[in-house]
Amino acid sequence: MGLIQLGRHEKDGDLDVITTTVEKAVNWARKGSLWPMTFGLACCAIEMIAAVSSRYDMDRYGAGVFRASPRQSDLMIVAGTVCRRMAPVIRKIYDQMPEPKYVIAMGSCATSGNIYDSYSVVQGVDRFVPVDIYVPGCPPTPEALFDGILKLQERIMQKRVFTKQPDAVKA
Amino acid sequence: MHALAERIQQEFPEGLVKAVEWRGDLAVTVTPKALHDVARFLHDDPGMDFDYIVHVSSVDWPDDDERFEVVWEFYSIRKRHRIRLKTRVSEADCTVDSLTDIWKGADFMEREVYDMMGIRFRNHPDLRRILMPDEYTEGYPLRKDFPLQGKGWRDTFEFLNEGAQ
Repeated sequence: MGLIQLGRHEKDGDLDVITTTVEKAVNWARKGSLWPMTFGLACCAIEMIAAVSSRYDMDRYGAGVFRASPRQSDLMIVAGTVCRRMAPVIRKIYDQMPEPKYVIAMGSCATSGNIYDSYSVVQGVDRFVPVDIYVPGCPPTPEALFDGILKLQERIMQKRVFTKQPDAVKA
Repeated sequence: MHALAERIQQEFPEGLVKAVEWRGDLAVTVTPKALHDVARFLHDDPGMDFDYIVHVSSVDWPDDDERFEVVWEFYSIRKRHRIRLKTRVSEADCTVDSLTDIWKGADFMEREVYDMMGIRFRNHPDLRRILMPDEYTEGYPLRKDFPLQGKGWRDTFEFLNEGAQ
């Protein structure tokens, strides 16, 4: 998983010397405090709410602090059908989020429009917002959403913060 | 014939087109001309007493001369009976009387019918689109001749270019 390897101190409480890179430390902090934007568009939001609640407890991954303001969030979980009239609002929220920011398209609707091939439904949020992780399902279970968050955390660990990003892990 | 339909026929022999009762639901079709008077009668007459407007909707019959059908559902809370009122209009003159002066609740529902089907309501206080944006120009999405995937609006994101340098 690329976690920082901590020593014996976890057991006895004395902090020994730890060796790591600054980059890893920064990424570790970033992935461990993914604050999502409270943002539900349709039925997927119910599963997202279930994922945060005590039974599944998304806070275990550091992604449970849902913020009511995009200014305080790192992660936008687009949960539900994206209607065309909602599109400028989603884009505005995305633009208001501070860097670094991540987007999870939760469910088939946010990914591709699902069965709603109609005049009013956008065929996937990636048409106007860059998406990092797609979570399939209709709706995805909380476990599936966790899988998406864990994948995103792996991705964050691969990012270069102070050096140039290698082409293999761009975007 | 249903007792309510008989009363309507007595009061409006010219206006009533047909009355159908199916599985306990009464649906009365009237001419657009008589519509407003019939609605007023349904609301004011003590025997009718329809004080609650449940829904306004519309149907597109693309093969018929009188293409559009506007449907109102009324319910009487005191008398506990309901009725469905229908009227047919042609595409060339798809205008019917607004019932907002009788039931205030008809306002938003008539706007929705106008937005989705393009039927105009005479004497409506504020006939604007309600679900689609005001500047939407592709027509009326619930008409049968409207393409299912629309005419490009859903894939046009003009706001993406606004912030570009």
